[in-house]
Amino acid sequence: MSDHEYTPSSKFGKWFNDRLPLLTLANHLTDYPTPKNLNYWWTFGGILTFCLITQIVTGLVLAMHYIAHADMAFSSVEHIMRDVNYGWLLRYVHANGASMFFLAVYIHIFRSLFYGSYKSPREIIWILGIIIYLLMMAAAFMGYVLPWGQMSFWGATVITNLFSAIPLVGESITTWLWGGYSVDNPTLTRFFTLHYLIPFLILGLVVLHIWALHVPGNNNPVGIDIKKPSKDTVPFHPYIVIKDAFALLMFCIVFALFVFYQPNILGHADNYIEADPLVTPAHIVPEWYLLPFYAILRSVPDKLMGVVAMLSAILILAALPWLDTSKVRSAVFRPLFRQFYWILVADVLILGYVGAMPAEGLYLLIARVATVYYFAHFLIILPVLGWKEKTTPLPLSITEPVLGGSPNFATARIDEKIQKTIK
Amino acid sequence: MSDQKDEKKTNRRDFLFTATAAAGAVGVGAAVWPLVDQMNPDASVKALASTEVDVSSMQPGQSLTVLWRGKPVFIKRRTEDEIKKARTVDINDLKHPEKDEDRAKNPEWLVMLGICTHLGCVPLTDKGDYDGWFCPCHGSHYDTSGRIRKGPAPTNMEIPKYEFVNTNTIKIG
Repeated sequence: MSDHEYTPSSKFGKWFNDRLPLLTLANHLTDYPTPKNLNYWWTFGGILTFCLITQIVTGLVLAMHYIAHADMAFSSVEHIMRDVNYGWLLRYVHANGASMFFLAVYIHIFRSLFYGSYKSPREIIWILGIIIYLLMMAAAFMGYVLPWGQMSFWGATVITNLFSAIPLVGESITTWLWGGYSVDNPTLTRFFTLHYLIPFLILGLVVLHIWALHVPGNNNPVGIDIKKPSKDTVPFHPYIVIKDAFALLMFCIVFALFVFYQPNILGHADNYIEADPLVTPAHIVPEWYLLPFYAILRSVPDKLMGVVAMLSAILILAALPWLDTSKVRSAVFRPLFRQFYWILVADVLILGYVGAMPAEGLYLLIARVATVYYFAHFLIILPVLGWKEKTTPLPLSITEPVLGGSPNFATARIDEKIQKTIK
Repeated sequence: MSDQKDEKKTNRRDFLFTATAAAGAVGVGAAVWPLVDQMNPDASVKALASTEVDVSSMQPGQSLTVLWRGKPVFIKRRTEDEIKKARTVDINDLKHPEKDEDRAKNPEWLVMLGICTHLGCVPLTDKGDYDGWFCPCHGSHYDTSGRIRKGPAPTNMEIPKYEFVNTNTIKIG
């Protein structure tokens, strides 16, 4: 590879690089051979890096004004909104930034699911991603507690009580998490500390995630192994950089729409009421990005089993590389999987919807059916599909299908029809 | 290494490795414990262990919510009807079988933690299918004795330690 042959042009550069090979690293990153058929779904890795940095920067400055104390937290947030220069902007960017972060991560995850990016040899990248996702959820949850509004307080109460479902030691663990006998000031201060810490853990994991990615290289829409570098690849810079930058710009437009026009639409009005341990809001709902899992939690009538089901719903993703038995990565060449993929997308959206509704009557029934289907997708459909499904022929290289059509969804379908008529 | 025969024989070096690892583990454990235990309730939290409540002005049917250790405690002066409802239930119908006699020593007064045993919300008083309490979070119904009758909560609402200091005052904790 070109990395090994790299020598800085300047004398100082060479002197420095012999002692700390940072320039070799920079050269690796710019020359990194990338499949030339990556579509816009592949731009979300860069967008997510942007989200993380945005959250760290805005969070850092918000922490200069926020007071992590049960008596002062709520008013310090209002102080940020009303008194601090541009405080409203910083807080709205940070709060909506969390939602944008999850929006991007869900697209990133579902892209992976569609194109089979989690399959060998990319299992470690995938599992690191799942750990990042779990940490994101922890950070988002703790961040939501900090304004010390009603939803903050009761969301914290409900989530920390999940640990009390653990047999024997559950109560002690919950008390330990709280630092008292209920969610109170000690809970707030430790949540603030952890909320500050987790983004840096995520940053470290992102470095590992990218490192692990750069070993086998990117998957691509046709999902075949390619030679690197070759006619099938382009250097990361400028080709992918400019494409990522354009996608980021589009993403920022959506981001700005929320921040400047609907900054509170993704939040909950109850969080503008200060926390009151004596009054539970009529309807406790988590932030939108946690709703599918909340629906799974509530669909199980037993407390411990509900918690187990909710955690399993996330952890089952880590086993996905081994549950999906198909050797073909991309859904483009898997006609049956493609259909089940879209059913899963619909299933998760339905779970999200019923998660926001009261857990009774028809909603509860729908939540139960959708929960069962969610697990069936991973535990039954995917393993069986690998054996039963007849996949369509894979191209030999990325360049090959380009001559006969691009490897996207619509044209692959046309190809399929043509093949059928030929038969 | 070279002498393959002695491979499985325990020698002094193995003993040293084990002893060092054991001592090291104890040392690490001792160093980590303060870091873990600092998160448990501190002395100032524990000091607020009991609360006294004046209930002289409460009429039958009324209820009061007081804060004890940061948690709401429901004090309900039950009506004849409510007591009858709580005491005539067949104990076998209950998800968490407990007699009302054991939950309310003085039948007129029910003192319990106002915390849903599902995920810790505060249930609403005089609501639900059993005219006791109803938790709006995930739909648990409690009867007039605070026992779980319907919904996801696993157990009855907890009865804290309490006593009547005199006829007008209840001491919780």
